[in-house]
Amino acid sequence: MSSSSGGFYIRRYQPQQGTWGKLTAPGSLVRRLDWQLLLAAIALSVIGSALVWSATRVRDDIGEGFLFRHVMFTAIGLALMAGTVWLGHRTLRGAVPFLYAASVLLIILVLTPLGVTINGSHAWLSLGGGFTVQPSEFTKITIILGMAMILAARVDAGDREHPDHRTVLQALGLATLPILIIMLMPDLGSVMVIAMAILGVLLASGASNRWVIGLVSAAVGGAVVIVSLGMLDEYQVARFAAFANPALDPAGVGYNTNQARIAIGSGGALGKGLGEGSQTTGQFVPEQQTDFIFTVAGEELGFVGAGLILVLIGVVLWRACRIAQHASDLYGTIVAAGIIAWLGFQSFENIGMALGIMPVAGLPLPFVSYGGSSMFAVWIAVGLLQSIAVQRPMSA
Amino acid sequence: MTNIPATGRNTRVTIRLIAIQVLVFSLLLTLGGRLWYLQIRNGDEYEKEASGNHVQQVIEPAVRGSILDARGVPLADNETRLVVSASRTALMKMDDDGKNVLTKLAGVLGMQPKDVIQKVRLCDSETPKPCWNGSPYQPIPVTDEATPRQALQIRERAEEFPGISAEPAALRRYAAPAGANTAQVLGYLSPVTDDEITKAEDSKNPLLRTDQIGRSGIERSYDKDLRGQAGVKRYQVDKLGRVIGEAKGQKGVPGSTLVTSIDSRVQGIAERELDKAMKAARKEFDRNTERNYKADSGAMVVMEAKTGRVVSMASNPTYDPNAWVGGIDGKEYQKLTSKKSNYPLLNRAIQGQSAPGSIFKVIPTTAAVNAGYPFDGGYQCSSSYNIGGQVFKNFESQSHGSINLGRALEVSCDTVFYRLAHKEWQKDGGNKPKKNPKDWFFKTAKQFGLGKETGIDLPNEVAGRVPDRKWKSDYWRANKDGWCKQAKSKKKDYVTQIARENCLEGMKMRAGDAVNYSIGQGDTQVTPLQMAVIYGAIANGGTMYDPTVGKAVISPDGKDVNEIKPKSHGKLPMGEGTRKAIDKALAGVATRGTAAWRFEGWPQKQIPMHAKTGTAEVYGKQTTSWFATYTKDYTIVMTISQGGTGSGASAPAVRAVYNALYGVNKDGKINPKKALLPAPQRKLPKISADGTVQSP
Repeated sequence: MSSSSGGFYIRRYQPQQGTWGKLTAPGSLVRRLDWQLLLAAIALSVIGSALVWSATRVRDDIGEGFLFRHVMFTAIGLALMAGTVWLGHRTLRGAVPFLYAASVLLIILVLTPLGVTINGSHAWLSLGGGFTVQPSEFTKITIILGMAMILAARVDAGDREHPDHRTVLQALGLATLPILIIMLMPDLGSVMVIAMAILGVLLASGASNRWVIGLVSAAVGGAVVIVSLGMLDEYQVARFAAFANPALDPAGVGYNTNQARIAIGSGGALGKGLGEGSQTTGQFVPEQQTDFIFTVAGEELGFVGAGLILVLIGVVLWRACRIAQHASDLYGTIVAAGIIAWLGFQSFENIGMALGIMPVAGLPLPFVSYGGSSMFAVWIAVGLLQSIAVQRPMSA
Repeated sequence: MTNIPATGRNTRVTIRLIAIQVLVFSLLLTLGGRLWYLQIRNGDEYEKEASGNHVQQVIEPAVRGSILDARGVPLADNETRLVVSASRTALMKMDDDGKNVLTKLAGVLGMQPKDVIQKVRLCDSETPKPCWNGSPYQPIPVTDEATPRQALQIRERAEEFPGISAEPAALRRYAAPAGANTAQVLGYLSPVTDDEITKAEDSKNPLLRTDQIGRSGIERSYDKDLRGQAGVKRYQVDKLGRVIGEAKGQKGVPGSTLVTSIDSRVQGIAERELDKAMKAARKEFDRNTERNYKADSGAMVVMEAKTGRVVSMASNPTYDPNAWVGGIDGKEYQKLTSKKSNYPLLNRAIQGQSAPGSIFKVIPTTAAVNAGYPFDGGYQCSSSYNIGGQVFKNFESQSHGSINLGRALEVSCDTVFYRLAHKEWQKDGGNKPKKNPKDWFFKTAKQFGLGKETGIDLPNEVAGRVPDRKWKSDYWRANKDGWCKQAKSKKKDYVTQIARENCLEGMKMRAGDAVNYSIGQGDTQVTPLQMAVIYGAIANGGTMYDPTVGKAVISPDGKDVNEIKPKSHGKLPMGEGTRKAIDKALAGVATRGTAAWRFEGWPQKQIPMHAKTGTAEVYGKQTTSWFATYTKDYTIVMTISQGGTGSGASAPAVRAVYNALYGVNKDGKINPKKALLPAPQRKLPKISADGTVQSP
């Protein structure tokens, strides 16, 4: 760092001197990072901290521990992002088979007695000390990376213009195993997100339209079969029924969605002020620091604050789209598109259920919701996007 | 292959990426639109729902206003009792749901732990009583009879009794000053019912589950004034019912004070004298029924003649109104509503009705004058009067020769009125009545307000009855089947004979009916209060006042005094000349007529006394004693059912009350110092802001 020794010293631009200088030099790694994406994501996490604090401050279990942990998770998430950028997505490409195998192993572990059931989903691993981890969050990443690796291999090598049917089948085969395991948990929310991510991946890979259309019809058909065969647990059917008509049973399943809507609606234009929401302090909405965190924003920060969250998510997705469009290889494009589909759909589902236009599924709001696994996963995703951005040609 | 070889993307991928972008942003726009719809467009609606979500009310009952007598002596007020209550919200926070604390509390109060725990549990369909059916946020009373020692024990060791409070609370007390328990006039309170709560829900003055409501007497008729408005504390609570803040509440307003025109001293004397008179009557032998008089019930009304204000209203049998305080038990209630106790809840002054006997005669006198018979004309007072073979006897079969109507009143000569009534009946067509009969005697009774409530400010007053032609035909239609059935039997007893007669011509006004009616016998029914209004009107120059017990409603701080002004419901149907003549005749009754022997030595010059005695015959029962009197300021009417004659059974009690009012001693001397109320109480007692009462 340059030294300063008085009021009249004028800091001058000293290119490429010292560590900081090297980091900030034109064309350096730090300069090439997508700062709009990074700042938008950080802003979402900061807002998330305030909302987590408000949602949990009246609870007498660990109280402000929630805020502390959320900040800690965010910090770890930033570190994970930095590490991902440092390694670069191309380096990671080599490790994909190993990462994929590790993530599948973890979700298999969930099905063993080591797994923990939370809110009807047997999707957590207990780490002891009250910490749990949800491995399916990481599976989202490894599926995207694995499929991208298979789909882009021949194209990036210049062998083909588009992935052929065999390649697509291989990629889908890779995704099928973890999806089946997650369905066993059952973690329906993650399955839906993964399905969307696969759709994004296939679209971006340039796979033929037949595959895209076929996959969408298969997903719809599969959903119909699952529901009609009664393969869903009762709580999942109930959630969907309550979504269709919340007034049916306002004190039962529809209660949560009703209270969520009351919370958001009562916020009005400017909100009731942070920590002042009566729905929030009264704990009328369940899971308010995680799945229903958007209701805190709606009630306490109003249309302005909740709208800001939408705008920030929009910035993140917009930057991700730019990165996908300007990636230096198809592998990067596919990974970015998978992440867009994942974050985009997960945000839409999470906020949509709080607003009562989507059925309830246990999904956190990226960057904002309390929860380590989700926080780490989305920051790793940002790291991947950043490394794709960093490695694109300077001329672009 | 492509023009941007470095990126490895082709047109298909580029187009699809744009499609993804469009899709993602349209989803975000959808969310934004929905957010706008919920927060901006329907925000107000949801805000309302949110605010109703988490407020719980704790009710602080308003202190009920006192009922004072005319001098400010409380007839009904509130007594502070130490009430120990338990807060359910606090108890439920404990690990054992407060069992330990309640058990300890039971030990201090000397109760069984089981009883205490049952008292604080919430009522639901599966919980039998005892249980608490109020709001779970309301402190639940465990006992209202804690001793100061017990209360201190609880309050000193507050940390050992979390959630338990020992606070003084106000409970109704009927103090019976000067022995005036005034039970039927005051009425009583009992808790509201669910029905009443639902009915009052949308009104300006909604009822709370903790409210007590006036059920009878002035507690009922002035309930709204006395009740005040309960304070409401609103707490914000969370989903689990824990209090997290206080919302805007509503301060309570204590009930207003009601000043009545009752004078507790006079009331006490009236009650005692009535009771004494009834007991005395029970020692008298009735020659007609050949046993002692039953004297089963009685009433005495003392009213201000010039205003209609009730100075005292006694009814017998009576009871202790404090029986209702804190909830009446089943046994006590049964007793108060049983035939054996002869229904002491009834106020005989307004709910007891019977034939008036001769105190009715001021009405046929007026009717005769209005029909054209001169007051000072000569009328035969024979010992009996014969109509078609049926002999109507004079009371005690005395004859007085030719007398005027005034003298007929004085000596209560029946045959004078028989003749007049018979003549009028004949003029109206007799057994074949004209189309529009004049019916002077019936019309006049109605003009005197009979057959209609007086309009007193007490609930459930009865109307009495004037047995005119319409009533007769209605009554016949309702009963003819029974009569005619009995008429067919071959029995020859009195009842069957009457039934036979009634079956055939019960719809008609017969000569006998008209004649009997003219002296206040037969089917006529009046209440003591109706007669008091009539005699009061004769005293005051002819105005019939709506009697009132309430005199003023005074706000709790004493500033707002709302006086209840006397209101009239008409004038007596007589000219001033007739009124004066009747007035003179009634004074004659007291000096040389039927009541003279009871007013011997009365200072008539200083305090002119007017009276009329009555003895009504009731089929199957002993005679009803009636006594109606007035001075220039007061009118007193008394009756004893199955009590004997008017002057015999009732007059001594009435005179005793006059003695007390004016301070007249046994020799008829007036001692102004001993006079309780030589003139009606005009001024109201003063109530200061701190609630103290100053006698006028």
